[in-house]
Amino acid sequence: MLTFGTGNKAVAMAVRDAKPVVVAAYPITPQTEIVEELANFVTAGSMAARYIPVESEHSSMAACIGAAATGVRTFTATSSHGLVYMCEMLHMSAGARLPIVMANANRALGPGWNIGAEHSDSISMRDTGWLQVYVSTVQEAYDATLMAFRIAEHTDVLLPVMINLDGFLLTHITQTFETVEPGDFLPPTATPHAIDIKNPGGYGTLTPGNTHFTFRRDMERGMRASIAVIEETEADFARRFGREYHLYEEYRCEDADVVIIAMGTLGKEMEVAVDILRDEGIAAGAIRMRWFRPFIVPDLDGKEVVVIDRDYSFGYGGVLAGELQAKSGCKPFSVIAGLGGQEVTYDDIVEFVRIRKPGTEHWFGVVD
Amino acid sequence: MGCPLSGLAGNEPTQYFIIIHVKYPNERLYTMAIPDEEFLLKTTSACAGCPSSLILRYVTKAAGADTVLVIPACCTSVIQGVYPTTAMNLPVYNVAFASAAAVASGMSEAFRAEGKKTNVICYAGDGGTIDIGIQALSGALERGTDFLYICYDNEAYSNTGMQRSGATPLGAMTTTTPGGKKDHKKDLDAIVAAHHPVYQATACAAYPQDLYNKVEKALSIPGPKFMHVLAPCPPGWRFPSEKTVEMGKLAVKSGLWVLYERENGKLTITGASKAAMKKRIPIEDYLSVQGRFRKITAEETVKMQQMVEDTIVRLQREVDGIC
Ligand SMILES: Cc1ncc(C[n+]2csc(CCOP(=O)(O)OP(=O)(O)O)c2C)c(N)n1
Ligand code: SF4
Ligand SMILES: [Mg+2]
Repeated sequence: MLTFGTGNKAVAMAVRDAKPVVVAAYPITPQTEIVEELANFVTAGSMAARYIPVESEHSSMAACIGAAATGVRTFTATSSHGLVYMCEMLHMSAGARLPIVMANANRALGPGWNIGAEHSDSISMRDTGWLQVYVSTVQEAYDATLMAFRIAEHTDVLLPVMINLDGFLLTHITQTFETVEPGDFLPPTATPHAIDIKNPGGYGTLTPGNTHFTFRRDMERGMRASIAVIEETEADFARRFGREYHLYEEYRCEDADVVIIAMGTLGKEMEVAVDILRDEGIAAGAIRMRWFRPFIVPDLDGKEVVVIDRDYSFGYGGVLAGELQAKSGCKPFSVIAGLGGQEVTYDDIVEFVRIRKPGTEHWFGVVD
Repeated sequence: MGCPLSGLAGNEPTQYFIIIHVKYPNERLYTMAIPDEEFLLKTTSACAGCPSSLILRYVTKAAGADTVLVIPACCTSVIQGVYPTTAMNLPVYNVAFASAAAVASGMSEAFRAEGKKTNVICYAGDGGTIDIGIQALSGALERGTDFLYICYDNEAYSNTGMQRSGATPLGAMTTTTPGGKKDHKKDLDAIVAAHHPVYQATACAAYPQDLYNKVEKALSIPGPKFMHVLAPCPPGWRFPSEKTVEMGKLAVKSGLWVLYERENGKLTITGASKAAMKKRIPIEDYLSVQGRFRKITAEETVKMQQMVEDTIVRLQREVDGIC
């Protein structure tokens, strides 16, 4: 059905269409609209989920853990301080191999208080064992949320999935989008280790060093297997509903000498920048990284690389730039831009390409 | 150094002596005298009719200059204004949502270790107190932290746009209880009382002198102090912004909110609640003038009225020493 709404609303509608059994809810800007919409659906009867208005994000993820442990589909949404406050529970949910789905509205962390878009929240949860996908349009927010349930619940994966959408820049903008009737695109959950009264046993029991690492290795197996599951899910989604997604999205890359790489809404802005640069005679292309975990490295051989990070790892550098450099051997021009919702236009991105110096770092808007 | 420390908003506090004439229900006219020094300047970004800034104004007047405020995420994070200026003429430490009482513990111990008497006051909303912050509050009270914790209760997560909190009353609509809340308001005062703080009080934005007196008294006593202040919030409760004080008075006159203080375990009913202990207006008079109770059922109204009667009886028994 063709409709229109914000990125938040699209996520909420996808959750409604995925029919979770338990939803945990806690407000935080700029995500709150998601849990408010879900409250409306539940109150109006268009969604049958149990809605748990918890007292903190630590508890929202804990409630999802409790529900998912019984084998049912669960969802929650958060942002920024809420995400990092549930950090312990992120490790616990991934370690327990629970296919929880969560939307995160990317937002800066304090102090001082700032509600603008920034990826530091989710990036700092990088090593929890959660899959992370970054979306760039309202339609993609809807589609990725639906797909997240299937990917997380796949028995080869059994890891939680976080859908990341830029605070305000995507959570609060309105676009048209199409909803679908998922049908058997989303098979019923079949968590193999769901609590079974007839088969009692301990979950998360004291685990000594000579076995602990085997569980961690298993998590990595799930993470690696997720790449094929993502591709297969995206292909099936395209077949059924006609919208195509890939592990990362390339724009005019085939003959490009220089590629710009970023995640989230900047990824769309980059496409306009590429067109402008092409008109200037610079053979530019763009790659929008969609999945940050698992990390999938594009082929960057022979290309100059400009990476825009809406995050920063203090004492290290832009995280996306650093990871791409480590995995591909490229020497990126690392641009730090858009922190705290700082405005970055396609003209700014054009300028980043013009001033690029491979192997150096540039903070947009900062005069040292 | 690029430290995010805001400076004063640049407008000098207006120098005037505030004389407020208040008519209490017994029709006697009181004249109040409250210091003219302002710590909350006229540059806040609060909504019109904001109870939280009203309360904060009197709290800081009572506390004086040797005071640090510790404020978790809440409307008061916004009320202070935007960097690089601030509407607060006191050091204000803005901290993570769940952490206020624990930050205050560290701050208070550090001041006392240095021989300083500086008041450490947590100024937190109901969500930051009753829900996400209750663990830190409980710990700080139990440890005997020398501080004053003030919860201004607007009965919802107002900063994020009026979602339900543990303090939202039965029947009230919020954006996460669009059909009206089906659970009761958490009894924060009973929880705090179970910690036996040296001083515990309730107050209401509509009665500044009562509020002022209580803050002043609380800060004169070493140890953990707690105050719970009702904050009728026009956009959250859905009433016109000029009716904040009126709404607070209705809450007290109906007995739904009782003004009292408990010092070393001894309960005293204060101000306008003395009359309300004997004679009250019906709870409907309070509920019907707020849009948030539009969907409250008759059964819920009866339950609320019963809760009021039960609370009055319980408090009267405590005053009379029968408990
Ligand atoms: C860990 C965390 N979760 C959520 C938030 C978002 N948040 C900021 S203020 C607020 C509501 C505060 O409600 P309350 O304490 O009642 O104060 P009020 O806004 O009503 O003044 C919320 C949910 C946050 N800042 N940090
Ligand atoms: S929402 Fe209510 S408490 Fe918050 S600033 Fe506005 S009036 Fe004050
Ligand atoms: Mg509140």
